[in-house]
Amino acid sequence: MGRFHRHPDGTMHEHEPRNVGDHSGYSETGGERVVVLETILAENDRIADLNRADFARAGVTTINLMSSPGAGKTSLLKRTITAIGGKARLGVLEGDIATSLDADELDGLGVPVSLVNTSAGFGGECHLDATMVRSGLGRLPLEELDVLIIENVGNLVCPAEFDTGQHARAMVYAVTEGEEKPLKYPVMFRACDVVVVNKVDLLPHLDFDLARFLDNLRAVNPRARIIQLSARTGEGMDDWCEWVLRAPTVAPRN
Amino acid sequence: MHELALCEAIMGSVARYAGEERLDRVTVRIGHFRQVVPDSLLFSWELLTAGTDLSGCELVIDHVPAVVDCRACGQRTTLQAPILLCQGCDSSDVALVSGEEFLISSVDRRKQVS
Repeated sequence: MGRFHRHPDGTMHEHEPRNVGDHSGYSETGGERVVVLETILAENDRIADLNRADFARAGVTTINLMSSPGAGKTSLLKRTITAIGGKARLGVLEGDIATSLDADELDGLGVPVSLVNTSAGFGGECHLDATMVRSGLGRLPLEELDVLIIENVGNLVCPAEFDTGQHARAMVYAVTEGEEKPLKYPVMFRACDVVVVNKVDLLPHLDFDLARFLDNLRAVNPRARIIQLSARTGEGMDDWCEWVLRAPTVAPRN
Repeated sequence: MHELALCEAIMGSVARYAGEERLDRVTVRIGHFRQVVPDSLLFSWELLTAGTDLSGCELVIDHVPAVVDCRACGQRTTLQAPILLCQGCDSSDVALVSGEEFLISSVDRRKQVS
């Protein structure tokens, strides 16, 4: 970690250990300081608002689906598409660093799928941002959809920081991941409107303490809806599908 | 992990404030509830600014602690871990007062040499 220190004008900061930088700005002969106070993600948020406006115009509700790799986003999506059937017109925007493997899995289920490979960015982005989502929207018939699910890149850190223009955020957590995950990744767990607790069919075979996990989850996010299910057996899918179909009533949030 | 993307965003924003002048320093304010690794951000900054108009411009990170106010007992707590609990009464009914900051707070333009 860097060296943390305070300047006479009251500001505090730290430098990387080997470089304290140029401190001339703190002397009386320094240059001009311009106060900015602008969010770092201002440009992303601007594009997210454009996406949101497009979704509103087309009357489509958008859910940003996030999880760590292997928690079961794609399995849940496949089950969801089958279970919802004719009750709503679904579309999927599939984000992956590379390959079309997940998109291929969803192909043939009768819903439009738009693939966004994030490796076009700097070495492969670990998340979808508003611009990447926007680049994939042109390949979807938005006007013909009721619900668009954005399957984000598998990662519990970065996707939580980027608004894509979604109406609701959902995350899939698998009971194989350990009870402490909400405490280790609080930003992700806090950002979500609903937390799907997946792979509950495995509970009899695990030492997983469900009550402790739920306590940890509520400690960081007391208001999230919690849905326990198994995308493998289908147990609990009704609650999830009901939430997906009711998601239009969820207030837009940033 | 997304520090490169954040640096690109910061560079894009501060360019508008630089005008014709060089920048000596960019100061960002980042709350403890944000998932930014300071060393990664500084490393990304050096990597991405090299060879640009921002080459040599220092990135300074002001950290903002996560602070909550308890709705039950009114006590204010500075959190040591990202667990939203009141230190006074253990209530989880708390409001986050600070810690989610994610701002470019200022830029320092190089002083004109006449």
